[in-house]
Amino acid sequence: MLSVEEILETINMIQEENLDIRTITMGISLRDCNDRDSDELCDRVYRKITGLAGRLVEVGEQLEREFGIPIVNKRIAVTPVALLVDGRSREDCIYLARTLDRAAAEVGVNFIGGYSALVHKGFTSGDRRLIDTIPIVLAETERVCSSVNVATTAAGINMDAVALMGKIIKETALRTADRDAIGCAKLVVFANAPEDNPFMAGAFHGIGEPECVINVGVSGPGVVKNAVAKLPDADLGALAELIKKMSFKITRMGELIGRRAAERLGVPFGIVDLSLAPTPAVGDSVAEIIEAMGIERCGAPGTTAALALLNDAVKKGGAMASSYVGGLSGAFIPVSEDSGMIRAVECGALNLEKLEAMTAVCSVGMDMIVVPGDTSAETLSALIADGIAIGVINRKTTAVRVIPVPGKKVGDYVEFGGLLGRSPVMSISRFSSAEFVRRGGRIPAPIQSLTN
Amino acid sequence: MLSSNRIIVSVLGEDRVGLIASVTGVLAENGVNILDISQTVLQEFLAMIIIADMTGASVDLITLKERLDAKGAELGGVRIGAQHEDAFLYMHRI
Repeated sequence: MLSVEEILETINMIQEENLDIRTITMGISLRDCNDRDSDELCDRVYRKITGLAGRLVEVGEQLEREFGIPIVNKRIAVTPVALLVDGRSREDCIYLARTLDRAAAEVGVNFIGGYSALVHKGFTSGDRRLIDTIPIVLAETERVCSSVNVATTAAGINMDAVALMGKIIKETALRTADRDAIGCAKLVVFANAPEDNPFMAGAFHGIGEPECVINVGVSGPGVVKNAVAKLPDADLGALAELIKKMSFKITRMGELIGRRAAERLGVPFGIVDLSLAPTPAVGDSVAEIIEAMGIERCGAPGTTAALALLNDAVKKGGAMASSYVGGLSGAFIPVSEDSGMIRAVECGALNLEKLEAMTAVCSVGMDMIVVPGDTSAETLSALIADGIAIGVINRKTTAVRVIPVPGKKVGDYVEFGGLLGRSPVMSISRFSSAEFVRRGGRIPAPIQSLTN
Repeated sequence: MLSSNRIIVSVLGEDRVGLIASVTGVLAENGVNILDISQTVLQEFLAMIIIADMTGASVDLITLKERLDAKGAELGGVRIGAQHEDAFLYMHRI
């Protein structure tokens, strides 16, 4: 029999510590929608998405009420669209993106991911065309999210793609300049992109995935932070043990909701993503966990070690709690979406270079970073190359989501609203990397890739 | 793990005469059978946990929640929640 304390602990986690299921994401394969005729393709895509995901929001809301835990987002990830557009025109690509937007609106999800291309070793003509349309698509659609995988440990880094993404990000920023370059918040550049990531903006339904699947992302930085804060004198081994236990409990909720959602929707359950995902709400911050461990402000020396401990303990506890773990599975440190990270930037404790170091020990290191609007495309590309190189060498996923807001300078503020939050504009090196980026080519796969 | 028809009703608020009667009244009216009640006092507040079975209930869990919410509002200053038991079992039992 459950004890009163256990029941109260769960209720407290949800009501006071912001424990929630961050997202239930339905992955949908669009491979069987392909047709020579683009109108037919779009019709099939629309029918397939609205058919499979028609009840996603309703089922999510049902589960929220029955189990008493908020499910913040219900979302959809589709097959990387680049796989469907070889041989099609630019207009066809845009029309397909609008179709995705319309289907997402119809079923009531706030984001649909998968306007994506995997170009780690090179481009097909379709990849190139799709990437060229990313700025206009992100400006003209509301719900479509885009990602481009530019590197893997096995293939190396496609530096032509990295160079191109700098330009694409700049153009996306210009096209959404009237909304603080919000288009860039919907665009992720990846190394080693996972095929089953439920989190936006980088979610897509990978080519090794089944027809349709439910993946779940949990949250709960507040739960971990409060637990850590209750043990001010515990040594770091004891702290790791405590975080493992909390992560276990958080992940169990994700496992429960994912399984029930999959059952009710009649599709297989995929994975639970063991990420600690912050929101701008006070008390729902990853930076505050690091601070509760004894770092005065996130970004101070010791931050990378504290984050490494946290990230590893979350994985160890979570791996025990779920039968299938996948996705990004690492702590998120998006600047604008985490009130503690914002405060750390404001007071000068946290800068881009420290975020790059933190990338080495978590999943998406340089995330939701706002930089001055006059940052050059080459500097953006070089920043991406640094983040990506960490992923490639360490055989892990890294992602960069950088937002050069036109007209904004260091110290200005940008408000995205909602879960995307707000952020001060961060300083970026004024020294040029243009010659390096212009060389292009492919950085060969590292020796770590030769494992056979 | 098996899914049952059991729910956990949690009552959190200022203690007063008739509180338990009001909550259990709602459960009885809707055919919900009480299996166990326990309570504890946290800093002048009452925390009561009721484990109940919905097998013979005349309403579904979502409707029952609405009725309990309404009762909580009527009493004032009392939060009454109802959740499927699995939300707790999954977290605390392997």
